Amino acid sequence: MQGPTIVDSVLAHPEMAREPLDFWSMLFVFVLATFIGLGVIRRVSRLLYTPLMSLTNAISAIAVVGSIIVTGADYPPVIRLLGAIALFASMTNIVSGFLITDRMLKMFKTEDKPREGGPA
Amino acid sequence: MRAVVQLSYLLATSLFVFALYWMNAPKTARRGVFAGIAAMGIAVVATWIQPEVIHHGWIVLAIFAGFLVGVPLSRVPLTAVPQRTALSHAFGGLAAGLVGTAKYYLWLGEGPENLTPFRMTAIVVEIILGYLTFTGSLMAAGKLQEVRWIPQRPVTYRFQNVGNIGLLVVAAVLGVALVLQPTAAWAPAVFPVIIGLALLFGVLLIIPIGGADMPTVISILNSYAGLAAVAMGFVLDNKLLITAGALDGSSGFILSIIMCRAMNRSFTNVLFGAFGQVQQLKAGGEQKEYKAESIEGAAQVLEQANLVVVIPGYGMAVAQAQHKVRELHDQLKKRGITVKFAIHPVAGRMPGHMNVLLAEADIPYTDLVEMDEINPEMPQCDVALVVGANDVVNPAARYDKSTPIYGMPIIDADKARTVFAIKRSKNPGFAGIDNELYFAEKTWMLFGDAKHVIGELVKQLSGGAGMH
Repeated sequence: MQGPTIVDSVLAHPEMAREPLDFWSMLFVFVLATFIGLGVIRRVSRLLYTPLMSLTNAISAIAVVGSIIVTGADYPPVIRLLGAIALFASMTNIVSGFLITDRMLKMFKTEDKPREGGPA
Repeated sequence: MRAVVQLSYLLATSLFVFALYWMNAPKTARRGVFAGIAAMGIAVVATWIQPEVIHHGWIVLAIFAGFLVGVPLSRVPLTAVPQRTALSHAFGGLAAGLVGTAKYYLWLGEGPENLTPFRMTAIVVEIILGYLTFTGSLMAAGKLQEVRWIPQRPVTYRFQNVGNIGLLVVAAVLGVALVLQPTAAWAPAVFPVIIGLALLFGVLLIIPIGGADMPTVISILNSYAGLAAVAMGFVLDNKLLITAGALDGSSGFILSIIMCRAMNRSFTNVLFGAFGQVQQLKAGGEQKEYKAESIEGAAQVLEQANLVVVIPGYGMAVAQAQHKVRELHDQLKKRGITVKFAIHPVAGRMPGHMNVLLAEADIPYTDLVEMDEINPEMPQCDVALVVGANDVVNPAARYDKSTPIYGMPIIDADKARTVFAIKRSKNPGFAGIDNELYFAEKTWMLFGDAKHVIGELVKQLSGGAGMH
């Protein structure tokens, strides 16, 4: 590796002076949130990996937040159209993700609960 | 106003953490869903009421369309859950990619001073991850759904890995150029090239991957979708996006590690290993004979057992046999026989796939046992019933270095006193190798469709009176 790396040149850029605080605090948030995520997910029951995945799908559709702003702010229509498609995609994930997670979780029963309907 | 929004975001973040925390047991898990819904609702409202959001028509329309597509997507049969999951990763990647694209062109047009190197780096990461997750997940969903024009078998060709990595390097180099010169005259033209390369890379990444690797691949794509959301958070300076994305990213990461371990393979080996290639090696060995057993015979042996362990695999999902399995479970329980289900971590096409299918069939989750817990019990097991599983019970994984599954932890079906294996045909399994369990002295084959065979077993056990 010769010369400054990408990271070096990005960090050394004069523009960085304008946003150093947010850059670092965002990086902290990211790293700490990852650790919390690893800690919490490690304890998730192995039975529930499929619902876990659809739940985290729905949660990561938090991209809806960014899409709402891009769609609703006073931007050129083309930009807002991209936002609207992103909003549609995120919303689909939120709705289907939460609904199917709940649908699956409802099926996990222990022996003592009575079974609903259906001939045995 | 800003304080309200930020406080709402903080609340939403905490609720998301609790949502995942409650997933640690089936009893509290549904509470987790409600926490997640509450968090999402709070986040959406807090964002929508911000003063900069002035146009509402398209928002309402997009949300409405989201419901219109989302509700049917949540009603798919549970055997189709892997492809639904892959599809939602695709949507997640697309959303991230589009917002990154929108923001870049917006700032390029009206505020190039916003395109700081840091933001630009985040945008480049966001679009590369977002778009590659989009096409990669679409391909994965297509393979899982068995769409006709997407090959099911792994597709390999010369220089595949070199080509793929080269593609990614080109995209990265162009990305660095954009970071350094985000407003150069050539920049608006280079941006779509990066998008195109990312889209292409996503396709090429999934083409060589076969069905048995899908649990790992879906987990990796899950992780990417989360990281794309994180990058979007960096672009938009939004900490809620960063935390929620990081939670998703770490979840996908942990699941991929667990899946890799369950197959004794590394990340790189899954992504670049092209599982299908090795299969020629074992062909041409001496022809071994299967021993077939009749339904009546099998039913008699089952009736005599004390402990029956059912080992389900993807074949059970394909045959939709889980409800028949449950009837068999009931018949055996009625006779005081203990029935357990041995779940291999990579059985099926996504993490936890078998658990969900069996839970759907009303089998109590307390009877579903992990591989590590069931294996010590296998010597006491009278009958191991293999339903559509293959590689996860192949004893060759323990010692035969020439098989692609060497080193993979397996369920010790061969230690049971008797093994019944239901198999549709005499063809070898996914890895293309004979399963020597099927030729063992204690193994009897029940050839036929899993649903049909188990249905016949149930009929036999219930006295053949046709109660169904």
